[in-house]
Amino acid sequence: MLQFLIGTNFQLMRFRRWAYLFSGSLILATIVWLVMHGGPRLSVDFSGGSLVQIATNQALPSGRLREALDRAGMRGAEIQQLSEAGGNEYLIRLKGSSEGDVFKGVKDAVVAAFPGVQIDEQRSRVETVGPRVGKELASKAFWAILGSLAGILIYVGIRYEFKYAFGAVVALFHDVFITLGVLCFLNREVSLTVVAALLTIAGYSINDTIVVFDRIRERSKALRKEKHSRVMDIAVNETLSRTVITAFTVFLTALALLIWGGEVLSDFSLAMVVGVAFGTYSSVYVASGLALDTWIWLDRRKGIQAE
Amino acid sequence: MTRADQWKLLSVVVATALSIWYLWPSYRYYTMPPAERQKMPPSEMAALRKKAIHLGLDLQGGMHVLLEVDKSKLSAAEAKDAVDRARDVIENRVDQFGVAEPLIQSEGEDRIVVQLPGLTDRERARELIGRTALLEFKLVRTPEEVRNIFTRLDSYLAARGAGASANLDTTLQRTPLSGHFLDVGSAAFIRNDDRPVVERLLATPGLDSIIPSDSQLLWTAQDQNYQGVTGRYLYVVKRTPEMTGGSIATAEARVGLDQTNPGAWGVGMTMTPKGRADFGRVTGNNVNRQLAIVLDSKISSAPVIRERIPSGDASITGSFGIEESKDLAIVLRAGALPAPVKTVEERTVGPSLGSDSIRKGLTAGLIGSVMVIAFMVIYYQLSGVIAVAAMLLNTVYVIAALAGFGATLTLPGIAGLVLTVGMAVDTNVLIFERIREELRHQKSVRQSVSLGYDRAFRTILDAHLTTIISGLFLFQFGTGPIKGFAVTLIIGLVANMFTAVLFTRMIFDWMLGRGKVERLSI
Repeated sequence: MLQFLIGTNFQLMRFRRWAYLFSGSLILATIVWLVMHGGPRLSVDFSGGSLVQIATNQALPSGRLREALDRAGMRGAEIQQLSEAGGNEYLIRLKGSSEGDVFKGVKDAVVAAFPGVQIDEQRSRVETVGPRVGKELASKAFWAILGSLAGILIYVGIRYEFKYAFGAVVALFHDVFITLGVLCFLNREVSLTVVAALLTIAGYSINDTIVVFDRIRERSKALRKEKHSRVMDIAVNETLSRTVITAFTVFLTALALLIWGGEVLSDFSLAMVVGVAFGTYSSVYVASGLALDTWIWLDRRKGIQAE
Repeated sequence: MTRADQWKLLSVVVATALSIWYLWPSYRYYTMPPAERQKMPPSEMAALRKKAIHLGLDLQGGMHVLLEVDKSKLSAAEAKDAVDRARDVIENRVDQFGVAEPLIQSEGEDRIVVQLPGLTDRERARELIGRTALLEFKLVRTPEEVRNIFTRLDSYLAARGAGASANLDTTLQRTPLSGHFLDVGSAAFIRNDDRPVVERLLATPGLDSIIPSDSQLLWTAQDQNYQGVTGRYLYVVKRTPEMTGGSIATAEARVGLDQTNPGAWGVGMTMTPKGRADFGRVTGNNVNRQLAIVLDSKISSAPVIRERIPSGDASITGSFGIEESKDLAIVLRAGALPAPVKTVEERTVGPSLGSDSIRKGLTAGLIGSVMVIAFMVIYYQLSGVIAVAAMLLNTVYVIAALAGFGATLTLPGIAGLVLTVGMAVDTNVLIFERIREELRHQKSVRQSVSLGYDRAFRTILDAHLTTIISGLFLFQFGTGPIKGFAVTLIIGLVANMFTAVLFTRMIFDWMLGRGKVERLSI
């Protein structure tokens, strides 16, 4: 029988304060980043504007491409060459006005500035979102995230006692927020698909937590005499292999999507990879750690010695 | 085999058979060589395509536009059903344009969604959908009236010093507007270079009050030539139209409408009986005057009425290409939009880019699945094989359900499917780890399996429910592709309860039911 992480006896709970420090710094860093940049970088889905991907038959130096767009009145374009497959593919982001046909505008500007260049429309795409539609999508996304967090919260609240629910909920916010933070640090944009990834993470990352908590509940009945932290350690160690393996299989598929899934899915896949990784870590440290501290705090308030 | 086992077996067999039944059309449709597709009768082909799994616009390529109907200039009564009328008109236009399986839907108060799958000419489509196509026949003012109006505009502008600031030219100081005219008859000719200046002058505040309320200034739609100079005419016409596009019975693209340029394409129109009567009366009453054919507030031509025209044939000419003429004929036949529309969202994906996405998504899915399968088989051996079988069955069920419900497979949907592979085996990992644990506690194989399933069940149910909760919110919020993702995720999780719990349990029971088992390959 091939196995790993069986019969381990890590004293995980002893280091939980370090984990709080680590998670706390990441969260703080995310908050600082968000405050400094006035929120996450929003894709055209939410900010309004246009995203134009063009495939050309020859390379366009990005400086001259920018000049060409400037001359055509499309100022402040962000240009990104897609490195995939070595083709001449460019991603152009334009903020603001979506009046008129943006794709045609870009096409005309390119053709005028680079004689002989042809744009393959079959291999191009355009996303234009008006400011009002963008705002509507943003508010929908906001409520969807809030709603699903609340839904899970209520479910966990019904299913577990307060001491567990608190840790689970903090872990949930932790995972979603840090994933958002990592995307921000990597200068990725928050788009509709990224929101989909965040919601999936919210639903998925709690799975590991549920596995650990069910075990803690089971063990805390059997091991009444033990210290709380010992019960926790036993429960976490006993479920460690499955916590890691279940996350690992999902991690593998998310990683495959990130590497081979193409440009369109890359932000989504990155969010999933990061979210699954943090979800695993947080079910051990944030969720269980906080559950332990809540448990100790509750007992002490009742005047029971606990640690 | 117990009775309960028989039921389980039956349910698996039925679900699998049903899935194959639903997947068969998709398999046939997407693997059919193009030559064979051509041979198939169109009605049969359409039926097959309908049953096959639908690909989202992001995968098959196509155009998604969200239009907003500008109701601000409509009366309350007109505004009431303006969106529905606009939708009907657009539907009519798209039908005539010829796109397979378009979707045209009104949404909310003032919006219309238009989806054109597999579209290859987006510019043409955009023009066709978004054009108001308001056709009007308006009488052109007589040269004296025109001169009179321009003189009044000149003195108003000169009084406000409109020409002085920019020009030292005294003519332009005295006549800021008509100083730019190369020719004035019933219309003024303005060089293209001067047009921006003139347009700015015409936008001067208060100018509207100088123009008599029953007159309006309109530009020609296309560039014209006057003594070797390129420019456009600015007409003064009567504001109330004599007739509108409502009188048009048919319109078609034709050559030979323009006597001066017989090879040129244009649109020939015939009128309804009432339209013919009106046209006869209007032309009869206005012989020797010009009647402007106005399309979307631009004059396409302004022929002189030589005599009463009883036939009711009219035409629009200009330097049109064949496609442009055809599209113009389509919009004239389908009728005008009740109000202008604005594109507030567009998502267009080129078909090759879409097939790229499919290829990449499938590659990622394949590699991801192979990695997961390899891990499961190496780590859990025979039990891993069972889990993999369950996972594959799960994938088949999800795709079949998508086909069966007529749901749309999008790129995020493919991503959801790939993630489901990783999540599907999780259930079995939880069960297997629990079984291993029981085995370590020296329980018998049969007992361990039974306890493993029972004890892991509650955890599995909880885990599935939380993910389904976020899936439901995602579905609620979702637009197009995201909805596809949510649907895939939710179906995947529900199917997983069946395959990973019921199906694998059945296999274990069957294996263990055949006499005493000492060791379990897990």
